[in-house]
Amino acid sequence: MEGTQTQNEVQFSEKAMAEIRRYISHYPEDRKKSAILPILHIAQAEFGGWVSPQVQDKVAEILDIQPIEVYEVSSFYTMFNLKPVGKHVLEVCRTGPCMLRGADHLIEHLENRLGCHVGENSADGMFTLKTVECLAACGMGPMLQIREKYYENLDPQKMDQLLDDLRKE
Amino acid sequence: MGLKILTEHINVPGINTLETYRKMGGYRSVEKALKTMTPDEVVEEVKKSGLRGRGGAGFPTGMKWSFLAKPEGKPRYLVCNADESEPGTFKDRVLMEKIPHALIEGMITSSYALGARTSYIYIRGELMFVLRILEKAIAECYAAGLLGENILGSGYSLDLHVHPGGGAYICGEETALLESLEGKRGNPRNKPPFPAVWGLYGCPTVVNNVESIASVPWIVNNTGEEYAKIGVGRSTGTKLISASGHINNPGVYEIELGLPVEEFLFSDEYCGGIWKGRKFKAIVAGGSSVPILPGELFLKTAEGTPRVMTYESLSEGGFVSGTMLGSGGFIVMDDTTCIVRNTWNFSRFYHHESCGQCSPCREGTGWMEKILHRIEHGHGHMHDIDLLVNVSKQIEGNTICPLGDAAAWPVASAVRHFRHEFEWHVKHPEKATAPGAVYSGAEDLAFA
Repeated sequence: MEGTQTQNEVQFSEKAMAEIRRYISHYPEDRKKSAILPILHIAQAEFGGWVSPQVQDKVAEILDIQPIEVYEVSSFYTMFNLKPVGKHVLEVCRTGPCMLRGADHLIEHLENRLGCHVGENSADGMFTLKTVECLAACGMGPMLQIREKYYENLDPQKMDQLLDDLRKE
Repeated sequence: MGLKILTEHINVPGINTLETYRKMGGYRSVEKALKTMTPDEVVEEVKKSGLRGRGGAGFPTGMKWSFLAKPEGKPRYLVCNADESEPGTFKDRVLMEKIPHALIEGMITSSYALGARTSYIYIRGELMFVLRILEKAIAECYAAGLLGENILGSGYSLDLHVHPGGGAYICGEETALLESLEGKRGNPRNKPPFPAVWGLYGCPTVVNNVESIASVPWIVNNTGEEYAKIGVGRSTGTKLISASGHINNPGVYEIELGLPVEEFLFSDEYCGGIWKGRKFKAIVAGGSSVPILPGELFLKTAEGTPRVMTYESLSEGGFVSGTMLGSGGFIVMDDTTCIVRNTWNFSRFYHHESCGQCSPCREGTGWMEKILHRIEHGHGHMHDIDLLVNVSKQIEGNTICPLGDAAAWPVASAVRHFRHEFEWHVKHPEKATAPGAVYSGAEDLAFA
């Protein structure tokens, strides 16, 4: 899905709008605001992996709520990127069970390979390196998430292969 | 091999499709309940089964259902808590991913019992790929007349929707989950009123864990009495255990409650013992929130009784020498594990996930993380160890929701059982911060 965004106007694609309308239909008519999280997910996928203030204003407009009601939600939940991100956002689990199976080493390895620290973008703008808390994959750690996909049972070799594959995409 | 009621068909090819799931006997409970039982009769069976909430708290599901208020003119809701985020726990994710219809069947039968006309599955946003699996399965059910108007000609109608979260552990707390489902920040509500009276949109609501709901079809098909025969005492039925950490076979296992813990940990049918031929040091047995136990206190109680996998046996000895079954998240640690580092990691998690509403939790989790960070990194003082316990005591019991307790218990129990390791870090900062350094039990041996 891809939407268009100019300085003054944010436009969701038709496909995204259909998905948004489908979500809104799941809740009572006077409770449209319930659809805010699903719509923020759709918005993030539409507009380059992050939600700008303009995009959030558009979400507020769609839901007939005040922009602040969207900002307070988007800043509470960790999945929403409020700043521009690289083409691929690597979200590495850093929590206990993954740490026991080597997550610290994986994160260090990624920092070296990408030449950036956790929370930063690689110089070529290709990758954003994030650490996240438990992703419910504790038996398959260490692991990371890229968009909707989990990559599990990773080691440095598999990680390098994955980075190569992503660079070619 | 124990009895499997949730995962018996997990390896059947195509079990994620309605056709195969029905071929294996799926959706019989919907037929039976909607056509031959009253809603109250279904509730009664679940009560008789002794099924206890599988999300971690272990509250009897049937009793929770019977508290549901039924005022005239207000809808009632069933909301499934699929916000599985407790570190060490990944059972619900595996169940939904492999057998989505097990949850959906449970949702239909349970919704009928509770008189809900619209039900929601609140799934954590990171599991978007599982949400798509569930939505596909739900679409199959609408097409087959198992959802929507007049299900199987019974006169009962139900709409079922999946709702993604946005990345927040706190939304696993049921009132935070409801706030989130209403489109707000996930701040837990003060209780009472409980969701059974004032839940989603101010209407009576039941919130149940995925595994609890998925257990309902078997209970309806085979009666609550039969279910209560599985297990031991008040720990009835089977339980999904997520096994992770330093074991040979990490994964999700369905066990009959009452299985000896030693068998679960060391037999090849389950965890397969400690990896790399190492020794068993410690375990967090019910998801990251429960007290950590040294290996020997986990295998046997302080009195020397071998423990079994039940709510009661794991909590024997209270917090002095016991723990909790919790969500069934087994995090196993071998003898190379640094307990200070592990405790710091968990504290960082709770600090990160505190919603910030209550001061003791918001500030306390931050202080615990800071103190643990400095001990782990060689800047700790001896009095920091008691300070840690002091802070944890001021969080425990002083917050709106149980996240405060969940943050306090791992810290207090780590100091209780492994104080020598914290002291070693303070006394020998140069050794404690050396790469790969671990307290070995004999202070200077490891670095002689």
